[in-house]
Amino acid sequence: MQGRWSRVVRTPLGLTATALVVLVLALACLGPVLWGTGADAVNTDDILALPSAEHWAGTDNLGRDILLRSLVAARPSILLALVAIVISVVIGLLLGAAPFVLGRRTGRLVSAAVNIAVAFPGILLALFFAVVFGAGATGAVLAIGLSGAPAFARLTQTLVAGIAARDYVAAARIAGVGRFRVLFRHVLPNIAEPLVVNATIGAGSALLSFTGLSFLGLGVQSPSYDWGRLLYDGIGAIYVNAAAALAPGAAVLLAGLAFNLFGESVAKGLGIPAGFGLRALATTRAAAVPEPAVHGEEDHEPSDDVVLDVRDLEVTFPGPTGPVRLVRGVSFEVRRGEAVGVVGESGSGKSLTALAITRLVADHGRVDAARLDLLGHDLLAPDTAVRRRLLGTSLAMVFQDPMTSFNPTRRIGAQLAEVATHHQGKTRREAMARAVDRLAAVRIPDAEARARQYPHEFSGGMRQRAMIGMGLMGKPALIVADEPTTALDVTVQQQVLDLLAAIREADDVALVLISHDVTVVGEVCDRVLVMYAGRVVEDLPAAGLATAAQHPYTRALVEAVPDMATDLTRPLATIPGRPVGPADAPPGCAYADRCPLADARCRAEDPPLVATEGRHRVACWHPGEPVRPTEDLFETVESL
Amino acid sequence: MSELRFEDVTVRYGRTTAVDGVSLTVPEGEVVGLVGESGSGKSTLARAAVGLAPLAGGRITLGGAPVPTRGRPRPLQMVFQDPYSSLDPRMTAGESVTEAMPPGGSRAGRRAEVERLLELVHLDPVCAGSVPSRLSGGQRQRVALARALAARPRVIIADEITSALDVSVQGAVLNLVRELQRELGLTILFISHNLAVVRYVASHVAVLRNGRVVEQGPADRVLTEPSHDYTRALLAAVPGRPTPRSQ
Repeated sequence: MQGRWSRVVRTPLGLTATALVVLVLALACLGPVLWGTGADAVNTDDILALPSAEHWAGTDNLGRDILLRSLVAARPSILLALVAIVISVVIGLLLGAAPFVLGRRTGRLVSAAVNIAVAFPGILLALFFAVVFGAGATGAVLAIGLSGAPAFARLTQTLVAGIAARDYVAAARIAGVGRFRVLFRHVLPNIAEPLVVNATIGAGSALLSFTGLSFLGLGVQSPSYDWGRLLYDGIGAIYVNAAAALAPGAAVLLAGLAFNLFGESVAKGLGIPAGFGLRALATTRAAAVPEPAVHGEEDHEPSDDVVLDVRDLEVTFPGPTGPVRLVRGVSFEVRRGEAVGVVGESGSGKSLTALAITRLVADHGRVDAARLDLLGHDLLAPDTAVRRRLLGTSLAMVFQDPMTSFNPTRRIGAQLAEVATHHQGKTRREAMARAVDRLAAVRIPDAEARARQYPHEFSGGMRQRAMIGMGLMGKPALIVADEPTTALDVTVQQQVLDLLAAIREADDVALVLISHDVTVVGEVCDRVLVMYAGRVVEDLPAAGLATAAQHPYTRALVEAVPDMATDLTRPLATIPGRPVGPADAPPGCAYADRCPLADARCRAEDPPLVATEGRHRVACWHPGEPVRPTEDLFETVESL
Repeated sequence: MSELRFEDVTVRYGRTTAVDGVSLTVPEGEVVGLVGESGSGKSTLARAAVGLAPLAGGRITLGGAPVPTRGRPRPLQMVFQDPYSSLDPRMTAGESVTEAMPPGGSRAGRRAEVERLLELVHLDPVCAGSVPSRLSGGQRQRVALARALAARPRVIIADEITSALDVSVQGAVLNLVRELQRELGLTILFISHNLAVVRYVASHVAVLRNGRVVEQGPADRVLTEPSHDYTRALLAAVPGRPTPRSQ
């Protein structure tokens, strides 16, 4: 928390805004003390004087120094604006939190009232209230406070509704915690930050509105004065002494700017995750020199058979304390028609590997590789039309959430057809025909009618199939599917997996399937890459997952997942500890801390990924050694 | 008696009927697994039981009496799917657990109780001082379990509590559920879309589809000799089982 606030001050804009706000507040505190007497000193000999060395902004009709008066006016102006914003926030909070406390029906009435109030322009409301309360400082404060309240009520309501939908609020209510207690313990603390930010910005606008009211003669009355009043007095003589109006005007501008900038830089500082920026990226470039290929791999000649060839892939992101390597030297190849599964837990780098292959890693991430070839074309080469066409037609990507991978405002058919018009130069009619054909190919019934529908008219499984259909618009040699069935129900999952398998068989398309689910990967794929902390720790035939796995992590992963034949009398196998984050990957094997086989060497030296037999590769100093053979878990595996 | 009984329960959201005349009994000291796909009404049924969703028909009773949804004590507690949103990010684990305890008792007594509960879910009592962002997903889910236990419930509803967890910790949480159930004799309604997980923890299984229970009975019977076509389809879709295609 402390860190996030101090980050606000560390940006140039934030620092300037903070300095301005401090200056304005200091002026409000000290102004009357320092210059109060000077500002009120009447000098009838020197009325309406022009700016001079003695009176920088001239004098008014009683010979008082306008600059001093502008400085002294800071206190009433700021104070009144702050009182007004406090009124706005308090009333806003009460109205905004009311629906949460009152329950559904009464709450709805309050929200409706707030919604109507929001529709009135603030300044009109202020004028209305100013007339009701009469001209004067009190009336104006109430007017501006009340007119600002609906906006805060609306904001509070939205924020409260967001927090109220969270499970921890539900949990507290289920535990019998009262509504008011939930409001004060769970809801308000979690909406405080955006409210504070908006109140700061609101203070700036309240100041402006207040100046406006005073300027119109509805605010502070003589002999008291604030900036608006000074502006009102000075404007009459603007052609004689421009400084008389400009001095209070500049003060208003500066103070308003100070509050607005401060609020906005706080909002920015609190909203953006740590340390991303040019500086962090610059250090990345120096530090992330790809390691020499010490991974003990025999360099195969790339054969025609290889669709995707990845060597020493590294993906680096800037972090708060320097660059973080999230994918660390991943090497594998995918042959024509082959299905390769990539499994791992969250944070293992499996999805980033997929994004790196498809060149979709976010801009501030860096992708390095000794080789990243698709069908013999270098994917790391600069972005050209040729490369885009290659990616657009030879590579298909399927994402986890089919709802967000389609544009919701365009028809499915048109979105598919775009691939053909864009990359293959087809006419719209041809492209549309192809789109319908492809939808039929992914087993969408009544494809012609379906092509004219929007994404929301498709079910989840249907959308995922349409997404695959989009990938089939070209002639893909490789489909990269990132958790394609995680968001789907089991019965639908099976249909999608079957579809992927059928496409593979029909066109000899290679598949890279990323999943956290070992059983899915085991069922669909020929080979499985197991990833841990950004590295491939084992590459083995899928058929051997249950029996031939050699890395202790792979074995534990397989044992930890219950299936329909798990022995119910024994506890499930578990992996002690927690996955190591890529940022704190140790010098040795990243799994050593959780591994029952780990010894001193494992902690000191990272084991290279070496071939054991055939294409089976494993990165372990103790591959295949029995894990506490007397333990139950081990027998469980054998009995499977 | 802490038998949780749903009698002809119907829940509507506007014009959609999420739960349609469900009758289901969770016998005392048993774990009943509720399976179904998304939109089948599993979570709605759970929310109705704890009073978060209004009933349009039927009744839900605990030990013969309606489930209290106001004040304390609350004998029915719930553990949510996502441990990242079910704990207040600004409260320490200890505070979250304490909040759910029945009021009364000394400060020291409460602290000791927090420690006992955290140990019960195999967490280091030091975790009591940590905010959720410093805990892993599995640890958070344990805190959520401890919080549910803090209210001294007679029945716990576990709504997809392992779906948001990594596989390496899912097993540990499932072991914990079984252990707690055995040691404390808890009555649990265990909701999951994962049949293998339900098979592992539940003695009875109910299959929900489109808001209706299509089949229920002892787990070993429902999962080996399903009588409803839909249950059969669900079982056939479980990955890792030999399917006609892969043979």
